[in-house]
Amino acid sequence: MHIPDGYLSPQTGGFFYLFMMPLWFAASKIVGKTLKARQVPYLAFSASFVFIIMMFNVPMPGGSTGHAVGGTLVAVLLGPWAAMIVITIALVIQALLFGDGGITAVGANCFNMAFILPFTGYYIYRLISLKSSRGSLRRALAAAAGAYFGILAAALFTGIEFGIQPILYHTADGKSLYCPYGLNVALPVMLLEHLLLFGWIEAIVTFLVIRYLQKEDPSLIL
Amino acid sequence: MKTIKKLWLLIIILIGLTPLGLIIPAYFKAGSAWGEWSAEEMKNLVGYIPKGLARLASFWSAPLPDYAFKNCEGKPLHVAGIAYIISAGLGIAAVVGITFLVGRLLTKKGRD
Repeated sequence: MHIPDGYLSPQTGGFFYLFMMPLWFAASKIVGKTLKARQVPYLAFSASFVFIIMMFNVPMPGGSTGHAVGGTLVAVLLGPWAAMIVITIALVIQALLFGDGGITAVGANCFNMAFILPFTGYYIYRLISLKSSRGSLRRALAAAAGAYFGILAAALFTGIEFGIQPILYHTADGKSLYCPYGLNVALPVMLLEHLLLFGWIEAIVTFLVIRYLQKEDPSLIL
Repeated sequence: MKTIKKLWLLIIILIGLTPLGLIIPAYFKAGSAWGEWSAEEMKNLVGYIPKGLARLASFWSAPLPDYAFKNCEGKPLHVAGIAYIISAGLGIAAVVGITFLVGRLLTKKGRD
């Protein structure tokens, strides 16, 4: 899901940087007001977890690979705005040090994985958990469902961003300038991969960590 | 042991296990993630390298590309595994440093 440099036009990349600017600003304001000093170690742990879990590539029958993100897990621990900051930090380090995701695509990758993913996941989690107690199995299952649909929503937007490139940017003889696959390929591939495999990985990872944290200290989750 | 200490222990264990993220896909002969191919892979897939992609693909030269040492292609899997663990450690150090800094800055504002 880490869009590399060259797959999106500079205009598309720039658009998502501009789109994310006010969101990053809002996140820093909101988190600045709500984050307690004792939560800072959990912020650092969350960023580490998101970074490391993305290194565990899982093979997909048919030749490609993918991985969990852990974004909904972070949102359930610290809230969606803190999750946005945490995931943004992990994505920026991945792009700068390891070339995982393009520099020109940091805005788009953050839109998909640091905004769409944790917000979708978090609100599905809230919707399903209702007034169940913090230690309940229902909460852990709600987090797993949020994780599944959160990463699916991120995959949907990633597919759209890839897929609109050949429509918008091509040479006179019809050759693509950036991502060569249109919506008819990019969208079903991104959605199916996550629907069938990576969504389940994300859900299982989230379920296991939440279940563990509930046993340790239920007050850790929102 | 305090919960946060156990969680850091989990991260350290995960750093040690990261080579699984290389070995398992290699065992199943799985390649790049969809939409994350190199320019050469792209040429094999669609027959040409899109012009804009060719221009932008080398926009940034990361110090540890794909969590590996430079010019390490074709080296055996255990070398890649060691590079992967070192990359994980360095990445975590960078992420933790920046997050603590950001966390401190954010929690200072609006206090007292």
